[in-house]
Amino acid sequence: MEFVAAHDLDEALAAKAEQPDAELLAGGTDLMVEVNLVHHRPEQVVSLRRIAELGDVSPRRIGAGVTWSRLEHGDHRGLAEAARTVGSPQIRAAGTIGGNVGTASPAGDGLPWIAAADAAIEVQSKARGPRVVPWRDFFVGVKRTSLEPDEIITAVIVPEDVPEAQEFAKVGARNAMVISTVSCLVMRGDDGFRIALGSVAPTPIRAAAAEEMLNAESTITEAALDEVARIVSEEVRPITDHRSTEAYRRHAAGVLARRLVERSLR
Amino acid sequence: MNVTITVNGEPRTADVVASESLLNVLRDDLDLPGTKDACEQGECGSCTVILDGEAVCSCLVMAADAEGSEVTTVEGMGEPGHLHPVQEAMLAEGAVQCGFCTPGFVVAGAHLLETNPHPSELEIREALSGNICRCTGYGAILRAFETLSEEGT
Repeated sequence: MEFVAAHDLDEALAAKAEQPDAELLAGGTDLMVEVNLVHHRPEQVVSLRRIAELGDVSPRRIGAGVTWSRLEHGDHRGLAEAARTVGSPQIRAAGTIGGNVGTASPAGDGLPWIAAADAAIEVQSKARGPRVVPWRDFFVGVKRTSLEPDEIITAVIVPEDVPEAQEFAKVGARNAMVISTVSCLVMRGDDGFRIALGSVAPTPIRAAAAEEMLNAESTITEAALDEVARIVSEEVRPITDHRSTEAYRRHAAGVLARRLVERSLR
Repeated sequence: MNVTITVNGEPRTADVVASESLLNVLRDDLDLPGTKDACEQGECGSCTVILDGEAVCSCLVMAADAEGSEVTTVEGMGEPGHLHPVQEAMLAEGAVQCGFCTPGFVVAGAHLLETNPHPSELEIREALSGNICRCTGYGAILRAFETLSEEGT
């Protein structure tokens, strides 16, 4: 195996330009599970762990190398709440938001926040420099993104109009160390409600019909909350797998969305 | 490939398979079997070590990527006759049954007390939530850390 321990972004981009098939290693919490359990043998690896600039964080730009344990204390309430539910302290000390974005698992705990915030993914390549990809164009399927082989995810770009009222919750088999069966993030701002969900479609999704219904209401009544739950349950596109069933996920998605909309009104 | 890691204060070099885990390097190449190997997917915490100041699962650290880092394993925490306060407290509370998960709890718990000398019960539970005990000795383990929190060791 060829291994490049990149010390800065230029070095990593040069390595990726030369070896587009090289796998990127940050916290290792996804890649090493493949190595250990699926006997995956990477031929080329570029490690990003030593690149200080990927760890830079500001309210508008979150470096791809920022770990969950740092995000737990970050500026954005919903993302901090989501960060607290990732794995365990050991996983949160290693895993990064860039890794969550790059792996693009439907269950990625950071992804509903990115969708609700209407954030974009900043990627860079040696040949073409940086480009910023809206989240809807970045996540294209289960564990599939529009990242080009010579590109590296460098940051999550956060728009200025992200509402401060943010609520996150997820459902899983137990409290600690759990991969979500459904996750939901609700934001409430001047432009209305935003509802994003994870683990209920190939990519993170926004519940557009439920948002539209809510935003047409002048006051949010109990009946409107019930309607949110119903519409969200219909809107999601979950599957049955080893973690849960389609029917349960539909039900839980509606319950979570209703609960978080209600919570955001307090 | 060769990697050099400072383990328990001592620089150690091993010829490793680059993609294997730091856990394997510690146990198989550096003769430090205190760090335990169980789930190999970061769920059980039995392989917890301190890597450059953070408690992490050594099964998820690629050997090649550990080059130049500082690692503390359970062997660096205490030794017979000079146990770490966490080890003393766990002994006193009978917080060890089969013992397999113990090194992970010792390392994760020692890291907690280093960063937060007086953790609340909730903080203790959270800090140890990545460590699984299958004898279900959690009650005694929690009591050991509650004693330590009161003492502020």
